[in-house]
Amino acid sequence: MAEPLSPAPAEIATSTAATFFAGLRSALLSVFSLVLMGTYIGMGALTHSVGLSAWWLALSTVLVWAAPAQLILISAIGSGSALVEVAIAVTLSATRLFPMVVALLPLVRRPTTRLLDMLLPTHFTSISMWVESLRLLPKIAPDRRLAFCNGLSVGYMGTAVVFGFVGYYLAAGLPPLLSGALMFLTPMSFFISTVNNARMMIDKLALVLGLALGPLLGYWQLPLDLMWTGIIGGTIAYFIFRVREVAQ
Amino acid sequence: MKAAVDLGPYVMLILVGFLPNEVWRLLGLVMARGLDEGSELVIWSRAVATAILAGVIAKLILFSTGELAAVPLQIRLGAAACAFVAYVVMKRSVFAGVLGGEAALLIGGYLFTP
Repeated sequence: MAEPLSPAPAEIATSTAATFFAGLRSALLSVFSLVLMGTYIGMGALTHSVGLSAWWLALSTVLVWAAPAQLILISAIGSGSALVEVAIAVTLSATRLFPMVVALLPLVRRPTTRLLDMLLPTHFTSISMWVESLRLLPKIAPDRRLAFCNGLSVGYMGTAVVFGFVGYYLAAGLPPLLSGALMFLTPMSFFISTVNNARMMIDKLALVLGLALGPLLGYWQLPLDLMWTGIIGGTIAYFIFRVREVAQ
Repeated sequence: MKAAVDLGPYVMLILVGFLPNEVWRLLGLVMARGLDEGSELVIWSRAVATAILAGVIAKLILFSTGELAAVPLQIRLGAAACAFVAYVVMKRSVFAGVLGGEAALLIGGYLFTP
């Protein structure tokens, strides 16, 4: 609308597709695709051990798209827990998605973006995609961000689905230490990439406070411990950041 | 019929997996309407999300489950420290950090796991 020289439709299509594939490529080349391979090999083995099908895992990866919730769901179905109990555990594990979506969408959206187009990045929001989007999107032209973000997400989700199958069929053949090392990939990569992303003071504060508060509140067995970790740690970080900004 | 028997896990997937998980994303979508990336609520949300993520990381390392729990706590913490050092020494390379942490865990786990 505002641009007097808008490119021809074909050109837009090509550049949108090109941006999508640039996102896909950057997903496959990032350390998170390795992490997802490790995580979903483990998830595949777990799925196999509780007697669910490989296609069930694939569908749950596409629909749930959150490793902690999937872990809860798979082990709950395996142990035959009460439905309400499982739903509560899943929804508690998913509270983190709320502030993530709120922080992400304004980066992806333009004034002209339709609400419908926001549904995909909303559903795709997960830790790996969120960390990489916050790092990469500011370097990308605003009108390309949606396509890039979708490409990135499809890359990650595709990797997770494929390696879920790999783990399912490899199943219990791994030595225990190797399984342990695969499980260690998740906290390690989240840790280092969050450190890498925390360039601003507020991020560093939130990171350190979260590292300290998470285990502390967890150790006290406070209900909703992670939610409180986020609210307390994030709010303290926010206020210190604000007070220092006013002081300068 | 096998299909009827197999329907159970799929219904569970939707009812107690997909829906209770997705509701937070949709709430975020509603909340983010009209906010721009510099707004106070977005800055605060980012800090909250970062603190939650850090809490998840620390809990995964300290209170591990499954095969990872068999590796002693000191080794897990040492491996996390190695990852951080490798990241800093290798000019802020995330890949080097993760690799360093994993190598330390495998070596430490191999030598010291009872």
